Amino acid sequence: MTPLDTDIAHLLAGSMVLVSFLLLYQDRMFALLNIFAVHAWVLAFSVAWQAHLQQAPHLFITALIALVFKGVFIPVALHRIVVRLGIHRSIESVVSVGPTMLFGMALVALSIVVMLPVTEAAGAFVREDLAFALSIVLLGLLMMVTRRNAVGQVIGFMSLENGLVLAATGARGMPLVVEISVAFSVLIAFIIIGIFLFRIRERFDSVDVRALDMSRGESP
Amino acid sequence: MIRGWHTQLAQIVLVLLLAPLLSGVTRKIKSRLLRRRGTSVFQPYRDLLKLIRKEAVVAENSSWLFRTAPYIVFATTWLAAALVPTFATGLTFSAAADVIVIVALLGTARFFLALAGLDVGTSFGGIGSSREMMFASLAEPAMLLVVFTVALFAGSTQLSSISAHMTGPGVGLNISLALALIALIIVSIAENARVPVDNPATHLELTMVHEAMILEYSGRHLAVIEAAASMKLLLYVSLIACIFTPWGTTVAGSGAVAYAIGLGSYLLKLAAFGFMLVVFETAIAKMRVFRVPEFLSVALMLGLLGVILLFISRVPQ
Repeated sequence: MTPLDTDIAHLLAGSMVLVSFLLLYQDRMFALLNIFAVHAWVLAFSVAWQAHLQQAPHLFITALIALVFKGVFIPVALHRIVVRLGIHRSIESVVSVGPTMLFGMALVALSIVVMLPVTEAAGAFVREDLAFALSIVLLGLLMMVTRRNAVGQVIGFMSLENGLVLAATGARGMPLVVEISVAFSVLIAFIIIGIFLFRIRERFDSVDVRALDMSRGESP
Repeated sequence: MIRGWHTQLAQIVLVLLLAPLLSGVTRKIKSRLLRRRGTSVFQPYRDLLKLIRKEAVVAENSSWLFRTAPYIVFATTWLAAALVPTFATGLTFSAAADVIVIVALLGTARFFLALAGLDVGTSFGGIGSSREMMFASLAEPAMLLVVFTVALFAGSTQLSSISAHMTGPGVGLNISLALALIALIIVSIAENARVPVDNPATHLELTMVHEAMILEYSGRHLAVIEAAASMKLLLYVSLIACIFTPWGTTVAGSGAVAYAIGLGSYLLKLAAFGFMLVVFETAIAKMRVFRVPEFLSVALMLGLLGVILLFISRVPQ
């Protein structure tokens, strides 16, 4: 592996963290979906590059799955759902952008601090990837926490899953069976979430999840 | 053989002479992109000459600060611009050409300009100064984080050494550098009052920042401030060129051919960056003033992320 190869892998994985931050920052619905598509595309390139470096052809299939399902199919479908629900306005988040960003930054620092000592036995390459992947997962979780809108939470969940795939590829790839089953479980989760969105809207006339709190009797 | 201090002197003169041309060229390209004919690229020189010849009108209740501030702003900006290696590195002042010094000089210029805006006591000047300070409180830390990223990467805060390190081997694609570049571009746009933050082509608009501070100035005072503003743009473009695209830059003391190549590549870089800046400006709309802190906090965040990610790249291989 030449230094340039590692640099490109590093660049792609690092851009995924950056795109995760863009997801956190973006508060408009369509832009959010587009950035999510970019997230998946970068993931696909990253995985394909790893496949090339590790000489692991089955990882190309993983990349293809990421590209087709998460890069094209899910964003297009979510786009349609958003249009049908009529919620293509701006989405409000619980905390404002500045503190969320700082919190995200702290999470990235945390994942580096946690990951680097733990994985000392592994190669430098795997360590970097795992640190990036953990930060993407944590940023996805943060996004799910800070968004009130159900669609924003779905995007957070999907970006979290992208981080998991990145972690799995970094750790010398994962068996294809596992990858395919993960892809399908995400697809099924997406379908369930899609149906759920319509159900929430039907019952509460909004996809603001605070409405659910009210029905549980938790807040006025 | 051309010696170091000759080069330094040439550089000091060059930034002064070239700065209005850069403004002129960006204005011209912008007009052409908007399908207007636009003024000549030498119009900023004519404007400056005209303003110098005119009488300086000073408000009645202004203090000495109002009259001295333009010269302080001009001097600090000129000094800062002369410290950035443009076509040659290894200049006489390069021991002092620390990026942090440049940030501090620009901060001094900003401080005096904001004071001058407050001095006359008009509401426009006050609002301009307060906004400038609000933006500066985010832009300066962001700039310093960019400096930290680059300095950690190159192992020095001196621009000549950074530039030499960037041309050397072992610098590949690096995510931290990419983040630092984006952050630096955002900071430059905000600092130079370009479109998404402020409109450089307007005089009377409620959202203006830079123009609001200098609204009371006229004659030679205004000429000096305008020259400083165009020099600041040149400074930021040179800074980006020096750190991120150091190819072709010569070292002081080499032959005439190397100098010609250095100067040619520098002019090319200026033209390229100017063109990109104008295309970006034309494609985007101006932001509301209260969205600017968000825009700048993105730069701050990118700088911070760059520093953090640098620690991952530093993992012993």
